[in-house]
Amino acid sequence: MIETVDLYKSFGKLAVLRGVSERIGKGEVVSVVGPSGGGKSTFLRCLNLLEKPDSGAILFEGADITQKGADAGVHRRRMGMVFQQFNVFPHLSAAENIMLAPMLVKKKTRREADDMARALLARVGLADKYAEHPARLSGGQKQRLAIVRALAMEPDVMLFDEPTSALDPEMVGEVLAVIRGLVAEGMTTVIVTHEMGFAREISDRVLFMDNGVIVESGPPAELFARPKMERTKEFLSKVL
Amino acid sequence: MELIFRLVEKYGGVFLQGLGYTLLLSVIAVAAGTVLGALVALMRMSRVKPLNWLMSAYIELIRGTPALLQLFFFYLILPRWFLAVNPSKFVCVAVALVINSSAYVSEIIRSGVQAVDRGQTEAGLSLGLTKRQTMLRIVMPQAIKNILPALGNEFVMVIKETSLASTFFVGDLMSAFRTVQGNTYLVIEPLMIVGFIYFALTFTLSKAVLRFERRLKASD
Repeated sequence: MIETVDLYKSFGKLAVLRGVSERIGKGEVVSVVGPSGGGKSTFLRCLNLLEKPDSGAILFEGADITQKGADAGVHRRRMGMVFQQFNVFPHLSAAENIMLAPMLVKKKTRREADDMARALLARVGLADKYAEHPARLSGGQKQRLAIVRALAMEPDVMLFDEPTSALDPEMVGEVLAVIRGLVAEGMTTVIVTHEMGFAREISDRVLFMDNGVIVESGPPAELFARPKMERTKEFLSKVL
Repeated sequence: MELIFRLVEKYGGVFLQGLGYTLLLSVIAVAAGTVLGALVALMRMSRVKPLNWLMSAYIELIRGTPALLQLFFFYLILPRWFLAVNPSKFVCVAVALVINSSAYVSEIIRSGVQAVDRGQTEAGLSLGLTKRQTMLRIVMPQAIKNILPALGNEFVMVIKETSLASTFFVGDLMSAFRTVQGNTYLVIEPLMIVGFIYFALTFTLSKAVLRFERRLKASD
């Protein structure tokens, strides 16, 4: 479904991605783990072109979306993105947060969008926050709102960029539960995370990234229990 | 003190007219300055490099030279450029103040926009919104809350700056002071009256801005 071919990306002198080639299949759940600064987030952000790779290609269902003239918006609306810092819109109510993109981008009527917002809020236990602004929501509630805001665009893929890293510990569970539910429904998912237990539980495959390359990838049972590469062993021994 | 009352009694009309002109000049400067400043800010933030540089030079030039100099410049140059129209003193002064204010306002707008977290733009784009939609529907509504109070403070600054216009005797408050001074040979008393009016104006306005700012914060 998504394929990256030899992605390179530098910020100034810092080479963040140094040749990343990977293929993510439809319905697959892929976790990306590794030390900070290893290129995990940049890799994820390249997938929906929030970062433009310096070279290499990103194929989304066969079409190269890095090509000049390719409409980034068209691809982005098929990939939902959830950020570490939630990035919910503070000037809009919870419902409006959800309704904005379907109305603007997909030209849904207010009525349709509103029905959708109610259903999505109910789904993540936020039905009573319909008219509330984000300032009155907890971190976990904001992140759940951010997830359904992305789902409102009915994406084919969900990208999660450390979705629980900015949360108080007692709120991590409620957000992971929502992601778990999505995965159970068969949503194609790429998640950058430091929650090793969670990665092991939900993933079909785990990528270990360090120093701008994918060092090792494999099913979680294998990668966590019997890492092949020295670098992976070293990392896992520190975090597990 | 009695002298002041007598002055107010006799020259009240002159002072009031001066107040009128000062307010008129300030409103023109801030209103037109905001429109022009918004355009300048847009070009300043555009990705078209030459436009970017040009506007940045404009802003630096205006902010880096005295307002009085700019007033002189437009006062002298506009009548030569527009011989046919023959702009009045008031128009020349107003144009100078508008240009001056536009440079400051454009920076207010730019910093207001840039103060909005970058993640907001990314969230908008990631939902498939175009850059324009993201700007208009997500960034601007949040930037306005930073911009409006700063614009109010700019208004206070401009009110004081209009006093420079009296160099050309355009009928503003400071010109009114000079009229009364010329007629009565009194200096301190009319100056106190004019000073009081300026202060009442700016003090009320900045208090209003402060209250408005608090209300904006509360609505978040």
